[in-house]
Amino acid sequence: MKTVIEGSHAVSYGVMLSRVQVVSAYPITPQTHIVEKLAELRANGELQAKFLTVESEHSAMASCIGASSVGVRTFTATSSQGLALMHELLHWAAGARLPIVMANVNRTLGAPWNIWSDQNDSLSQRDTGWLQFYCESSQEVVDTVIQAYKISEKVSLPSMVVLDAFYLSHTFEPVDIPDFERVDRFLPPFEPKYKLDPKDARSFSGLTPPDLLTEMRFQMQQAMEEAKSVILQIDEEYFNIFGRHYQLIEPYRCDDAELVLVTSGTVSSTARDVIDRYRDEGKEIGLLKIRTFRPFPSEEIKKAIKGASKLAVIDRNISYGMGGIFAEEMRSIFCNEKIRPTVFSFIAGLGGRDITQQTISNVIEYTLEQDRPKAEIFWPDLRR
Amino acid sequence: MCSQEMEMEKRFPDEEYMTSGHLACSGCGATIAMRYALKALRGNVIVVLPACCWTIIPGAFPHSALKVPLLHVAFETAASSAAGVKAGLEMKGDSTTAVLAWAGDGGTFDIGLQALSGAAERDDDFIYVCYDNEAYMNTGIQRSSATPILTWTTTTPLRELKVEAKKNIMEIMAAHRIPYAATASVAYPEDFFNKMKKAKERKGLKFIHILSTCPTGWRLPTQLSIKAARLAVLTRIFPLYEIENGERYTVNLRPDFHPVKEYLDLQGRFSHLKDQDIEVIQENVEREWKRLMKKAEA
Repeated sequence: MKTVIEGSHAVSYGVMLSRVQVVSAYPITPQTHIVEKLAELRANGELQAKFLTVESEHSAMASCIGASSVGVRTFTATSSQGLALMHELLHWAAGARLPIVMANVNRTLGAPWNIWSDQNDSLSQRDTGWLQFYCESSQEVVDTVIQAYKISEKVSLPSMVVLDAFYLSHTFEPVDIPDFERVDRFLPPFEPKYKLDPKDARSFSGLTPPDLLTEMRFQMQQAMEEAKSVILQIDEEYFNIFGRHYQLIEPYRCDDAELVLVTSGTVSSTARDVIDRYRDEGKEIGLLKIRTFRPFPSEEIKKAIKGASKLAVIDRNISYGMGGIFAEEMRSIFCNEKIRPTVFSFIAGLGGRDITQQTISNVIEYTLEQDRPKAEIFWPDLRR
Repeated sequence: MCSQEMEMEKRFPDEEYMTSGHLACSGCGATIAMRYALKALRGNVIVVLPACCWTIIPGAFPHSALKVPLLHVAFETAASSAAGVKAGLEMKGDSTTAVLAWAGDGGTFDIGLQALSGAAERDDDFIYVCYDNEAYMNTGIQRSSATPILTWTTTTPLRELKVEAKKNIMEIMAAHRIPYAATASVAYPEDFFNKMKKAKERKGLKFIHILSTCPTGWRLPTQLSIKAARLAVLTRIFPLYEIENGERYTVNLRPDFHPVKEYLDLQGRFSHLKDQDIEVIQENVEREWKRLMKKAEA
C-alpha cells in the first residue's frame, strides 16, 4: 500500500526496515527530518536501535566507525557542511572497509550561506572510497537505503545515498513502504567475518608499512569494480521480491538518439518530460540518468548511448578551474575510444536555483545548433 | 611516605596482556600505564586508540604487542569512537566487555576535547584514560595545552618558552559531573590499578588522567623515569586525587613539602630555568595545591 511521505522520511523508513542497530547523528538543515523521524520511530518502539545524539557530524561518523567495527549495522545522515566536516572519517570508514550507510541531502557548501540544493557536497567526497547513489524519487530513496546495506555488506565498502535538498527531502510523494517480513527475506542480519571481540583479539587499522599498503588500496579498487555486478545482482534480487529495480544507470529513449542529455537526481524527472516533447517533434534525443556515481558505470554508459554523437551533461555542481564533474567523468570514459561523442558541459541549478523545462530546452537547443562546443563550460541559467 | 589512603593491595594479577617486543622508547611511562590498565581490566576489554605514541608502540601490522582487540581511530575521535563501540556492544547484549579509550594529552586536552566533552555530557559508559606526557611526543616534542609553563619543547624554544599554564583537564571533566575522575602516576601502580578497577565498576564516563613520563621528550635519563614520576607527586606538581560526581574530592596522598626544584632539576626540558623561574613555578604549585585542599575539605 502506498503512503504519502516526504523524501526524508523515506530514508527513515528504509533505515528502520533494514533493522539498523546504531544511529548516530547531528542536526543540519535540510537533513534533520530524517533523524527526527528515526527518533520518533525509536520512541514508538518501531526502531530498535541505540541512538547517539553526538555533538558534531565528525563524532557521528566516528561513532558509526566504532559501532560498525563491533559488527552492528549503523546509519547516519548529514548534508553539506556536516559532510565536509566528516571528510577525514569518510576516508577512514572506507579504508577500514566498514559497510556504514549514510544519507546525504545535497546542499551547497558555504561560503556564502545557502541551505539549498546542489551536489558539490557529495561530489567533493568522490575519492573517499564510498559508493554513491543519486536518487530521483522518494520510492527510489527507500529502496536504495535497503539495497545499500546489502551491497555494502557484500563488498565491505560504505554507501552514501544522495537526495536533492527540498526537491526530494521535503517533497511529499506516494511511496510503497515495504514490510518487515519481505525486507528480512531480502536483507539478512549483518555478520562480518572480522569484528572487535576480546575472545578473538585482533588489531584494526593499525600502523601499516609501505610494503603492505598498496595491496590494501588495490583491494579497495577491486571491491569497487566488483560492486558494479553486485549492485546489479542485488537490484535483481530486490526486483524479484518488491517488483522495483534501478540498476546503475537509467537510459530513457536512448535507442537511435543522436543527442543524449545526461543528468542525475531530481532534474531527471523534469528532463524526461522535455525529452518526450522533443521526441513528439520527431527529434532523436534521449536521456541518460546516472544513478551510481561510484563505482562509475563506464561500460554500461558506453553501451547505453552507443551511436550518440553528442552528449549534453547537466551538472548541478562545479569543480572550479575545470568544470562540471559528471561532464569530466563522461569525457574521461570516452577519451580512449576511436568513435566518441562530443561532450557539451552545462552548469545549472547551483544553490537551489530551479532547473526548469526552459533551462533544459536551452541546453538542448544549444547542443543541437553547434557542431562543437564553443566553450568548455556553458551556464544556461546564469544572469548576465 | 605513604599515608593511610595509600595502604592498598600490593599484588597484581600474573596474567600479562602486553608482550615484549613493543616499539616504545626505553623508560616510557605509557607502556607501564597500559600494562597495569590491562591487568586491572583482566584483558576483557576493547581498546580504542587515536593517533598518539601508542599508535606506534604495539608495532606495525600484522604484529601487535597487545593481547586485546585494538581499534585504531582518527586523532580527535577517541571518545566518539569509543561511544560507538559501546553502543554496538550494548546492541549485541554484551554488558561485560569494557571499552577503554586510550589517548595522549594532545588527543585529549586539544584536538579530542570536543568529542570527549560530548561523551561526558551524554555520560557514555566507557573508561577514558589520558596518558599525559605533556607534549606532542609522537611527532617530536611540540607543545600541547598540557605542557607546563616555561617548558622547553621544539615549538617553544629557549628564546620563546611556553608562557601559559597547563590546562586543568580534571576541572573540565569535573564540570561535566561525570561519575568518576581520578589522577594517577606510573610511580604508583597500585593506586592506578585500583582506580582502573573502580572505574570498571562504575557506570557512565570514567576519566583517568595519568602522568606518563617521557624520557625522550623530557630530556630525562631513562633510569630516572619512575623517580621523576614519583617526584611529580611528592612535590605536589601532580597530586593524586579522585573526584566523584564532579564534587566529592578525595586526595589520595598528602606528601610533606618537597621543593619543585627536586623534580625540575632531573629534566633537560627545564635546564634553562633560573632561580626566579623556579620560584614562579613553586608559587603556582602552592596555589593549586591550596585550591585542591579547599575542594577536598569542602
